[in-house]
Amino acid sequence: MSAPLVEAHRLTKRFGDFVAVDGIDFTISAGEAFGFLGPNGAGKTSTMKMIAAVSPLSDGSLTVLGEDPRRDGPAIRSRLGVVPQEDNLDMELTVTENLYIYGRYFDLPRSVIRDRIEELLDFAQLTDKRDATVDSLSGGMKRRLTIARGLVNDPELLLLDEPTTGLDPQARHALWDRLYRLKQRGVTLIITTHYMDEAEQLCDRLVVMDRGRIVAEGSPRQLIERYSTPEVVELRFRPDVPIGDEARYAGMAQRVEMLPDRVLLYTGDTDATVAKVETMENVLDSFLVRRATLEDVFLHLTGRRLVE
Amino acid sequence: MSTPLPLRVFEGEARVYRRVWRGSVVTSFLNPILYLLAMGVGLGTLVDRNAPGGLEGISYLAFLAPGLLAATAMQTGAGEGAWKVMAGFKWRQTYQAILATPVSIESLVYGHLLWSAARVLLVSVVFATVMAAFEVTPIGPALLAVGPALLVGVATVAPVTAYTARLERDTGLSNLFRFGIVPMFLFSGTFFPISQLPGFLQPVANAVPLYHAVALDRWIVLGITPRVAPAVSVLYLVAWIVGGSALAVVAFRRRLVR
Repeated sequence: MSAPLVEAHRLTKRFGDFVAVDGIDFTISAGEAFGFLGPNGAGKTSTMKMIAAVSPLSDGSLTVLGEDPRRDGPAIRSRLGVVPQEDNLDMELTVTENLYIYGRYFDLPRSVIRDRIEELLDFAQLTDKRDATVDSLSGGMKRRLTIARGLVNDPELLLLDEPTTGLDPQARHALWDRLYRLKQRGVTLIITTHYMDEAEQLCDRLVVMDRGRIVAEGSPRQLIERYSTPEVVELRFRPDVPIGDEARYAGMAQRVEMLPDRVLLYTGDTDATVAKVETMENVLDSFLVRRATLEDVFLHLTGRRLVE
Repeated sequence: MSTPLPLRVFEGEARVYRRVWRGSVVTSFLNPILYLLAMGVGLGTLVDRNAPGGLEGISYLAFLAPGLLAATAMQTGAGEGAWKVMAGFKWRQTYQAILATPVSIESLVYGHLLWSAARVLLVSVVFATVMAAFEVTPIGPALLAVGPALLVGVATVAPVTAYTARLERDTGLSNLFRFGIVPMFLFSGTFFPISQLPGFLQPVANAVPLYHAVALDRWIVLGITPRVAPAVSVLYLVAWIVGGSALAVVAFRRRLVR
């Protein structure tokens, strides 16, 4: 196996007394799509900024593309693509001009940039919009342009910080499709997200972060198997009926999670659980059986929900 | 050979300017000419009629023009250091995007200052040409006077850039112009000699970079001997450039490296 693209050991980021990233270890290999899953404030963005060699580490060690961000920041940045949370595009410029200027920051020859712009416009499905100013683009188009801009230097590693936050479902799927293509081309992706479905769709492997620490690691499937059951029965009650305490559900499933508005039953034997749930029909508003998701993993690991 | 990093930032700014220059034409080029017409020709006629020989034997227009050249350069520099920098940090966040590339903080600051210097140079050359067209002075001295104007423009943009980089909100920019740039524009010898100021204000005016650029330009264009040795004035302006640039790098680093 080739040397890892990113290797972190006891990686730490402090802001004054606040510890944003608390001594985490992880390794990312070439060609992988690696995810950091966690709620806001878990330390995902701080970790990304350290990998991107724009934020100095407070402690620990980090190797990116075989180099040390403390010493070789510019060399690392020239081989990375970065897609930040906010689309920090130049609003007054056109789609093409944004790509062009960015390419020049990497000192790419003008002719190379011109050729690459054509490929990137095609990739981002923005060829029709090439001379439109960024101001006039939709949210999904801006996002795709930001991703195209991150690819202008043909990076070995693309960092995406919450790539689909704030997009409508259609735009999200269009974007996932683009990212999937990149992955197939062999570009290593590092993605932060607080969407379970996004992590399940895109990531080969991920770590779950909470309060600056890694609380679990594995493929989405492994995590679900390890920290959840294959299926979940969700109960919703009529508004006037008290949910009761956990004891009420003892024996109905392997594990019970009490939420303010719902009860989740984690079960290995769905039929048996459903049979027991059906006896409660007179107090239930509804119930549904679904596959476990990373949300369930997170809930199990931290006792809190991922997106409030 | 690779392009030096500040030049890449310069090129980016130039690209943006190519798209937005129309918006800046009025403030950069038309305003100074309007000032020259209104104050120099309009008000000047009145001044000259009532104080013949009062301004060391020269017309008010001729007295005003070199001062206004320097003052316009200062104002251009202030604008570049204020609105442009605020946009880079907050409104468009383009600085964060640039720093994800091989460009460093220092290169970002120097590239920005270099571009601002080019803007000041452009505005000053246009103004100098207009000054020659008004027959204040031949074109040669008019273009020479661009030198001090360029110095004061950069001596303004550097510290203003450092100041803006520390601002969270743009209200601080209104205050900068209200209490800083506009009073300096009016009271640094541009429109009347600072000897007209109350005694206690004269040392204050002396400390303002614009005063030195105005004095240098009147010396070049009109041959009026400055009260401060020209070399001292030049060094003073250079000191503002060097100090302001260093402060700007520190402020950018504090703001962007977290």
